[in-house]
Amino acid sequence: MDCREILEGLSEYIDNELADKTCREIEEHLKDCYNCQVVVNTLRQTVILYREVPDDEIPGDVSMRLHKIIKLTGGND
Amino acid sequence: MEHLVPTDDELIAEIRQGKAEALETLVSRYETRVYNLAYKMLGNQQDAEDVLQDTFLNVVRSLDSFKSRSSFSTWLYRVATNAALTRLRQRTRRDKSESEFLDEVYSIKDAAHAESRMVDWSDRPAQQLLDDEAKRVMEEAIDELPEIYRVVFVLRDVQGLPAAEVAEVLGLSVPAVKSRLHRARLFLRNRLSDYFTVGAE
Repeated sequence: MDCREILEGLSEYIDNELADKTCREIEEHLKDCYNCQVVVNTLRQTVILYREVPDDEIPGDVSMRLHKIIKLTGGND
Repeated sequence: MEHLVPTDDELIAEIRQGKAEALETLVSRYETRVYNLAYKMLGNQQDAEDVLQDTFLNVVRSLDSFKSRSSFSTWLYRVATNAALTRLRQRTRRDKSESEFLDEVYSIKDAAHAESRMVDWSDRPAQQLLDDEAKRVMEEAIDELPEIYRVVFVLRDVQGLPAAEVAEVLGLSVPAVKSRLHRARLFLRNRLSDYFTVGAE
């Protein structure tokens, strides 16, 4: 496997969705390829960072207006 | 009482019997998730609020036609995603074209081949990676994704839906979801690398 082929499978690799054989091929390549290691590490960290940012609380006034509108509509149906 | 927290299906049955509190409970249960989905898709509070209201008004209107073939939350995500995409398409702003986007995604292929060593910023301390400026860069980077990539990334990696559910929400195959997700992630990684490695070389 060359760097380009490795790159295509990296999301499935970090999501643990690849067959064992393909994982081993990727790991074999990573041993000797510093730049691909960096891509794996930083791609994984990118996904982790986006997952770690907590959901924003819905602003109180936005929630209040939503409930008001739903109440009005629900009552009319 | 067998359980204190009613399931979505139990709430829906009560709503169909005209119980207003059940509708309140259902809205409260999902409003934050729908708001965040809309905010990440649209990037501003006003549009997010409009999408939030459109979504729940649509849900109330079409609840009678909801059959429990898929789960309520999958159906809700579909309604919310469609509302967000509709709003996105009303904007005059031009998205990055698909070819511009893919050029950027795959510039990394050449970088990975380059003689120079890439910078590994992944082991920096968490407080640096998640400070306010980094969060702003992350939000701006999502906003740069063309919509078909943004919607997949937001559902899968921000909202945490399994790939199969994202496929069901969007009416796509699982491989199509995975391929879009991968490209979105590579693009975002490039953006974060640009930000975290400024001055590091």
